[in-house]
Amino acid sequence: MTRSQPAAAQKPAGAPPKLEVLNITKLFPGVVANRDIDLALNKGEILALLGENGAGKSTLMNIIYGLYQPTEGQVQVDGRPVELHSPRDAIDLGIGMVHQHFQLVPVMSVVDNIMLGSESVDRGLLDRESVSTQIRELAQRYNMPVDPNAIIEDLPVGVQQRVEILKALYRQADILILDEPTSVLTPQEIEGLFEVMELLRNQGKSIIFITHKLKEVLRVADRIAVLRRGEMVGEADPAAVSQQDLASLMVGRKVTLEVEKEPANAGEVLLQLRDIEAFTDLGEHALRGVSLDVRAGEIVGVAGVQGNGQTELVEVITGLRQAAAGSVLISGQEMTNASPRRITEEGAICHVPEDRHMYGMVDAYSVADNLVLSSYYKRPFSSGLTMNEQAIAQHAEELVARFDVRTPSVRNSGASLSGGNQQKMVVAREFGRPIRLLVAAQPTRGIDVGSIEFIHSQIVAKRDEGVAVLLVSYELDEIMALSDRIAVMFHGRISAVLPRRDATREQVGLLMAGAGAVNEPASQ
Amino acid sequence: MATASTTTGFIRPLRALIIPFLALLVALLAGAVVMLLSGDDPLAAYSGLFQGAFGDGKSWARTIRKTVPFVLTGLSVALAFKVGLFNIGASGQFVIGSVFAVAVGINFDGLPAFIHLPLALIAGIAGGLLWGAIPGFLKVYTGAHEVIVTIMLNYVASLLGGWTVYAGGTQGQTPGPLWDRTAGAISETPDVLSSAQLPWLFGPPYRVHYGIFLALAAAILIWWLIFKTPLGFEMRTVGHNMRAARYAGIRVNYTIILAMALAGGLAGLAGAIETLGLNHKFAPEFGGAVGFDGITVALLGQTHPIGVLLAAFMFGALDGGAAAMQFESGVPADIIQIIQALVLAFVAAPLIIRMIFRLRRQTHGDAGSPVSASWSGP
Amino acid sequence: MNQPTPASALKRFGGRYGNTMFIALALIGIAILVNVTPLKEQTWLRVLFGISALNFTLRATVPLVLGALSGILCERSGIINIGIEGMMLAGAFGGFVAKTSTNHWPLAASLIFSVAVAVAIGGLMGAVHALFSIRFRMDQIISGTVIIIFALGTTSYLYNRDAIAEGKFSSIALPGLARIPVVGPVLFDNPPITYLALIMVVVVHVALFYTRWGLRTRAVGEHPRAADTVGINVNRYRYVNTSLGGMLAGLAGAFLVLEAVGQFQEGMTAGRGFISLAAMIFGNWNPFGALGAATLFGYTQALQNELLLAGVTRVPRQFISMLPYVVTIIAVSGLVGRVRPPAAEGKVYETEGSQ
Repeated sequence: MTRSQPAAAQKPAGAPPKLEVLNITKLFPGVVANRDIDLALNKGEILALLGENGAGKSTLMNIIYGLYQPTEGQVQVDGRPVELHSPRDAIDLGIGMVHQHFQLVPVMSVVDNIMLGSESVDRGLLDRESVSTQIRELAQRYNMPVDPNAIIEDLPVGVQQRVEILKALYRQADILILDEPTSVLTPQEIEGLFEVMELLRNQGKSIIFITHKLKEVLRVADRIAVLRRGEMVGEADPAAVSQQDLASLMVGRKVTLEVEKEPANAGEVLLQLRDIEAFTDLGEHALRGVSLDVRAGEIVGVAGVQGNGQTELVEVITGLRQAAAGSVLISGQEMTNASPRRITEEGAICHVPEDRHMYGMVDAYSVADNLVLSSYYKRPFSSGLTMNEQAIAQHAEELVARFDVRTPSVRNSGASLSGGNQQKMVVAREFGRPIRLLVAAQPTRGIDVGSIEFIHSQIVAKRDEGVAVLLVSYELDEIMALSDRIAVMFHGRISAVLPRRDATREQVGLLMAGAGAVNEPASQ
Repeated sequence: MATASTTTGFIRPLRALIIPFLALLVALLAGAVVMLLSGDDPLAAYSGLFQGAFGDGKSWARTIRKTVPFVLTGLSVALAFKVGLFNIGASGQFVIGSVFAVAVGINFDGLPAFIHLPLALIAGIAGGLLWGAIPGFLKVYTGAHEVIVTIMLNYVASLLGGWTVYAGGTQGQTPGPLWDRTAGAISETPDVLSSAQLPWLFGPPYRVHYGIFLALAAAILIWWLIFKTPLGFEMRTVGHNMRAARYAGIRVNYTIILAMALAGGLAGLAGAIETLGLNHKFAPEFGGAVGFDGITVALLGQTHPIGVLLAAFMFGALDGGAAAMQFESGVPADIIQIIQALVLAFVAAPLIIRMIFRLRRQTHGDAGSPVSASWSGP
Repeated sequence: MNQPTPASALKRFGGRYGNTMFIALALIGIAILVNVTPLKEQTWLRVLFGISALNFTLRATVPLVLGALSGILCERSGIINIGIEGMMLAGAFGGFVAKTSTNHWPLAASLIFSVAVAVAIGGLMGAVHALFSIRFRMDQIISGTVIIIFALGTTSYLYNRDAIAEGKFSSIALPGLARIPVVGPVLFDNPPITYLALIMVVVVHVALFYTRWGLRTRAVGEHPRAADTVGINVNRYRYVNTSLGGMLAGLAGAFLVLEAVGQFQEGMTAGRGFISLAAMIFGNWNPFGALGAATLFGYTQALQNELLLAGVTRVPRQFISMLPYVVTIIAVSGLVGRVRPPAAEGKVYETEGSQ
């Protein structure tokens, strides 16, 4: 756990590292994304690159993949300096990348996606047949079965990820960069991915595994490099380091991995869902009879892999999507398909949306205006006919101070804040008014550890005030840390509701993957 | 640091005027190049243009008269823009507004002016309102894009307007309901009754009617609506982020239809004012070319009501001077259209102007820059 | 669309367009029946299905389908092109000027040269649209509007009312085929741009779905970042496609001046560019779908013409003239959730590293 040693010291005698970056610095206007980074990847190893959101991991990888040009420094492959001006250069050097957000065209088939950019052409026309054959061979060799003719958007995310890996292998990559590959998978799928990674390593591929999850690093990495605020702060041997040490190294101070909270003191049922059915915009059956109760003073965590109906569930509760059948009762009041405003007002509900840029804020609005987004029409912000700018600004000053939103002024645009502060702004608006029910979807997605801790403590504080909390998260760790009860969603159904104390990661993971529903009655 | 543009003062900093001004300058220069290339004399043309727009009292009067409809159609397009809608239908709304206004204006003989005139104006607004609401309604309930619908409705409105005053064909077709029976084979309405005519502010030969005050009032009203009222907040929220608007409990569908209807009402008022104040009748050729120009005016005015006023005045001058320019210098008045298109191009793509004049960008770190796109991910 | 074998591709094609094809075949059957039997004495049947109506339909369809193909090329690569109307008009004007200045050439040479000029002008307008949209990050709908206003203004400014184009394309009867009853005179006895337009439908279809260029174009329009990360130059594809699209719009303009009317008139496109866009949407951004939709719109124009010729006076002629526009509105309104435009349409693509 020392300051990173020169990479050269670690390479086996004789052979140069497969990939080496030397003194990489990358400046963006006003930000140092990477500062003087050295990193070496040897042939046939899995190197974990650990760091929290915004530490500069993705920037570094985008430099290696030719998407960014470094301000200073050099990249070497097999000991030779290389020029990477575009992904094309990286691909030609055998570098493949599996992006965190899959770079697949949803409406196209697997074969079209895999050959895109490296097409096989026969007499002017695409030769899909020969590419399909190659895909089947690769799939068999690396144990990643996939139907070449399937359309991407019909495939589960785990299979889409396989396609991404196959895409790199089809291009004969022997350096693979996996950017946060586990964030969308169930624990079992994650294990499957690790097995594939080990298989690839054993066949001589070199892998950089980017993540902010400590457990995974310790499970699969041969070596660990830690980035913090754009700087390489150390390397570690997974056999000789604890989670707690890695966490401190990653964040730069001591962090508590557990959320501290008292046992729940659950009261009356505030949210009652019965047999909810709903469809997506494209007409797919998203919710197939969901029933669930949330009581005052408890946190019910909805676990599940993204795309199993969680988004639609939250939308039905908050009035943003029509329920085709079933009923929503909030504080005993019938609220099925009521307008969002009625639900907000009469249901005393607040909603931290899944995607803050899409739903939670208006980028071009000032912080002050964003803070009245759901109350702009009420006194004192509006007197019916005109808006009261002074009251809006004053309200903003109060909330910004109370929720530690860091902004030069409340007149600055929402877009100018950092991700963590944007999320705190949304939370401030939603938590800053009297509520009985809190619906939080992915409340800590993509933000720094400090903001995560703050928001988690706010959620627990709300619970302790007697608010009923429905927490939706795709991060099983977050569900496990905060929930008093865990509801698992699979395929538009709640497959089980478990008390937190009885639930294990493995059990919840199996349920997330659709294995044997433990059908406990939803209402106790 | 980028300061948000939400709570805007009545007159924005002068900075906002730099780009439109330079855009106009470059467009005039480019127009001069076009004239040189086709063998015309740009100096003579521009001097004729200036004389025609501001040379004497009559020129001033003409410029102001021409400014009025530009203000209203410009506001129409600008208002829709604020809600994220592109209203290309101002010309159709203008025609329908004219027809409605004239229908009231030629009937109800004996009504006192203080009732008849407002009634005719309201009819014009109502006509435009209805015609504007159609694309809003179709967008909300069927997803039909307002650009295609408004354009098609322009053609329909023009034919509909033509039919109302149709003199009847050679094969004995029925004449239109508003046709002036004394006009013989000419397709037009009778004159608007004097009780429904907008009075002259200055009578002939200056011919400036009170419409200019209606236009000014409309600009101020729309400014107040957009920036100072909860309804305006809702409209701007829908325009910036429709999903966030739904999330905030705003009735998005209602807001879209209302905005399109109001936009239509403004263009309809433009038609009513032109009919009741200037032409005193409707004929198919009093169509809505000003509707299409409303787009340019709105963009040149940076979709801000006060900016629209200034841009409309400029367009009024260009249009007012065009005839004199052709008369004085022999340069076809159509060159004005080219200049207007160039103004639009330069205003809509401020990067071009920034590049020509090497201006620095006023804000940095705006949304969508590569930094925020790659850094905010989990 | 992604099936490997031609047979399954055909099956899929049949499945997608099955209903449309059935209706088309039924209509052709009725048309043949009407035209070869005494039924043609019936006025209303003649108006609806007469050879003249069918001929007019095809003539009205050609500029629409070319415009729609133009839109497909642009939008499949992610650039919205509402400027087709302006590109058509500019192409028509360019073709007209070329024709009037080469009147002394042999007719065929003069016409072919004029078509080339029209196509080039259209392509130039397309390139300008791409430049505005990509390089100058202008809102694509506004850029399209600029193109339209600019084309209207420039063509009026430069139009010399005394110039006359001498001669236009005449029909070429395809030997044998032209003698098939009804179908022959309608489909196989046409001037060259009409044939070219129909061939272009097939060419664009094959190119989009079965070639490297098409695969990359669609990827760029659906998910530009995915294309970028495999080394495809997103903006180059957009420039090329938008320019090609402009060329097709220019060809539509050439058709109007050099094949249909024979002269230029101010604003002669009369909304055809916009109706093309509706045809593109109605056809779900597919070439054959666009052909079907363009034929429908073309038919309404034919109907308008036939009704006026047949002396229908009970309905005022303005209402008959509204038909194509009203049908267009109904068509774009009747598609709730049924069409899916290219996902990245209208958005500027900036590569990650660009500053």
